Amino acid sequence: MSHHIIEVNDLHYTYPDGTSALSGISFRITHGESVAIVGANAAGKSTLLLHLNGFITPNIGKIRIGDFSLTKKTLPMIRRTLGMVFQDPDDQLFMPTIYDDVAFGPINLGLSKEDVHNKVLDALSSVGILHLKDRPPYRLSGGERRAAAIATVIAMSPDILVMDEPTSNLDPKSRRNLIELLKTFKHTKIIATHDLDMAVDLCERVIVMHNGKIVADGSIMEIFQNDSILFSSHLEKPLRMQGCPKCQNSFIEK
Amino acid sequence: MAKISSALFDIGYIDTLSRQNSLIHGIDTRVKVLTTLVFLITIVSFKTHEISSLFPFFIYPVFLIILADLPFSYFVRKIIIVSPFAVLIGILNPFIDQTIVLYIGKIGISGGLISFFNILLRFILTVLSALILVATSGFNNICIALEKLYVPKMLVIQLLFIYRYLFVLIKEASQMSKGRKLRTFNGKGMGIKVYASLIGHLLLRALNRAQRIHMAMLSRGFDGEIRTASNMKFDKKSFLFFILWSIVFLIMRIYNLPQIVGYFVVIILK
Amino acid sequence: MHMADALISPSVGCSMLAVTGAVILYSSKKIKEEFDDSRIPLMGVLGAFVFAAQMINFTIPLTGSSGHIGGGILLAILIGPYSAFLTITSILTIQALLFADGGILALGCNIFNLGFLPCFVSYPFVYKNIVKEGSSKTKIFTGATIASVLGLQLGALGVVLETVFSEISILPFDKFLILMLPIHLAIGIVEGLVTATIVTFILNAKPDINAYSYAPSVKKNIFAIFIVAALFTAGFFSWFASSLPDGLEWSISNVTVKEEISSKEEKIYSSLSNLQEKTSFFPDYNFKNDKEQGNIGTSVAGLIGVSITFITIALISLILKKLKDG
Repeated sequence: MSHHIIEVNDLHYTYPDGTSALSGISFRITHGESVAIVGANAAGKSTLLLHLNGFITPNIGKIRIGDFSLTKKTLPMIRRTLGMVFQDPDDQLFMPTIYDDVAFGPINLGLSKEDVHNKVLDALSSVGILHLKDRPPYRLSGGERRAAAIATVIAMSPDILVMDEPTSNLDPKSRRNLIELLKTFKHTKIIATHDLDMAVDLCERVIVMHNGKIVADGSIMEIFQNDSILFSSHLEKPLRMQGCPKCQNSFIEK
Repeated sequence: MAKISSALFDIGYIDTLSRQNSLIHGIDTRVKVLTTLVFLITIVSFKTHEISSLFPFFIYPVFLIILADLPFSYFVRKIIIVSPFAVLIGILNPFIDQTIVLYIGKIGISGGLISFFNILLRFILTVLSALILVATSGFNNICIALEKLYVPKMLVIQLLFIYRYLFVLIKEASQMSKGRKLRTFNGKGMGIKVYASLIGHLLLRALNRAQRIHMAMLSRGFDGEIRTASNMKFDKKSFLFFILWSIVFLIMRIYNLPQIVGYFVVIILK
Repeated sequence: MHMADALISPSVGCSMLAVTGAVILYSSKKIKEEFDDSRIPLMGVLGAFVFAAQMINFTIPLTGSSGHIGGGILLAILIGPYSAFLTITSILTIQALLFADGGILALGCNIFNLGFLPCFVSYPFVYKNIVKEGSSKTKIFTGATIASVLGLQLGALGVVLETVFSEISILPFDKFLILMLPIHLAIGIVEGLVTATIVTFILNAKPDINAYSYAPSVKKNIFAIFIVAALFTAGFFSWFASSLPDGLEWSISNVTVKEEISSKEEKIYSSLSNLQEKTSFFPDYNFKNDKEQGNIGTSVAGLIGVSITFITIALISLILKKLKDG
């Protein structure tokens, strides 16, 4: 296992219609790290994530995942290593039942029937929805659907979890459950989000993007204290780091 | 609008019905599909002027509805709402053929009226059997059964995909349609132009969604082949179900039971 | 204008199922050969799209009534005829099962009318003749409109032919045609305009849309083969249907009636001997003089029989319910 598990080098990408999305992105993420990628709408977060899984080929630049640099040939390997949780669980749950959906990946890996069955049960119990295995996806709540989408990825036993807005559209309780769930995962995590409070809960490092560039990369506590960085990249301090309007105290020690 | 949400509700409801546990629900779906086909072919093979001989066939839907714990009222409502086309075409028959062919008391019954009744009976029986099939098997199981019955896999996968994304897209459509309704006044804004751009946007979203789904599939090792882990067991109970009903249908098809019974009653009375 | 099971005969239903089944096989083979695997979710989501789109209505100008799109031509333009045909087939199957909209046996007819005709006749012969690569938007608009109108007219003709051949409805061919075609011309023009507007909208919003419909040109002689096959199977089935069941019925009714009744009174026997033919509750009225039918005894027998059937079914259901509820 390589020490630098994800390495992105000078990534440039312009969409076919001429919109520039990424201009010179470079970073390294090491094994076991949890990194939040934050930035305003259209900052380039989603485009960056699509690069990591090879759905978009960069105009310039290189990506290394684990021991492989990303090429057409290594794509299947890389997609196994790097599990992607999409923003809309409906895009990810396309099979008739949750069981079939979670089994989809392991079956494609060519596992035996029994192994597939075990993988599915493990993945479902790890996200706490084993009891929903025979339900169709449209019979699940938003939170359950999100958990199921994560289970479909977990079942592939990836080393890295990449998530796009995992807490969007969740009610507070489901959001909290999800955060607690993600805390239990030992995977290397990359989370693109607007939910800065969740980022504080889950990540020790943050990459701030603006207009296709990285404007800050470092400790999440330090960067989220820096008002000028946050302001210029159209972000806002996480709520819990803002002073309480009544007692003027912040919940987090500075 | 009402139509959209009621459609969604309807699909959801029939889906709920299909998730019950009953003797009928437990029968192999392939068998239910085949039995329904035999039933349908038997019904459709009757000539247009037969009415009495169709009545005994109600035993099949009634039997299934009761044993599968399905609500009668739902099916009655469904039949009334559904597809007026058959009734519309049938209702013309009494006007075209007005020859009186028999009298009940002093009232003359025309051939057209008889064939209209015949169409109505056919309609009720065929619609009932199809709805009962779905309500006792579930759409997804029917698709899997179809695949096992040698329907091309490409088609079966399409059926599953469309069914899955119906729920998503109908919701999207109903939101857009709500948005339009909130901003139309006196029917302005309900016309073709707004409609076309609304549908166009729905289509654009659908295309993007298809792309995202494909990515989600690829990231889990999709190689063009969809494999499922399902299996179906063909048991004795299911086999009996098919054989017994087929025999019953055949008997009811060959003998006009009400007519024969009626005759014996008349003979006895005389 | 979905055909219902109630309106078709087994021979029409089965032969249409056989023919469309063959086209389904052929199309799935073609799709597998010509396209990559992104086609699978694409067709699925577009099918759901057409389904959802059909639930949104628009007001038809001047009339105040509302309409919706059919989708056959729209899909053929977007994703090519083979994929469009398979998608429409799936939609119709789902409608038949979930909404009982058009029946299971009538599925072949509906797939033919609403899928085959627009995708494999109207699209290649009309749209493709008007719209070539690099055609102007006006041309595309015109092509889409005319193809939709024609597709629907053909579909309506299909409905008429299938109904008339089935001989369930006794509407004569010419009258039915005169009833159906003008209505569907009106609907078709509106639908055509809407389809064309959507096509132009999409072309503006997503100019690379043609990538989806890339398809080898439809081989036209294939359809000659299909149509011959259709006629052949239809002919075979109707011969089969006309010769076999009728004969069977006739012989069985004769035999059984004679056996059971022969010991009865002479008088009753004479009326019973032509039981199925002459005295059944609803006899073959076409061949009878209506005066003779006024035989009250036979209708009474029929009515009594039906009532007893009703009572029997009700009793059986009560017993079943009792048994089940324990």
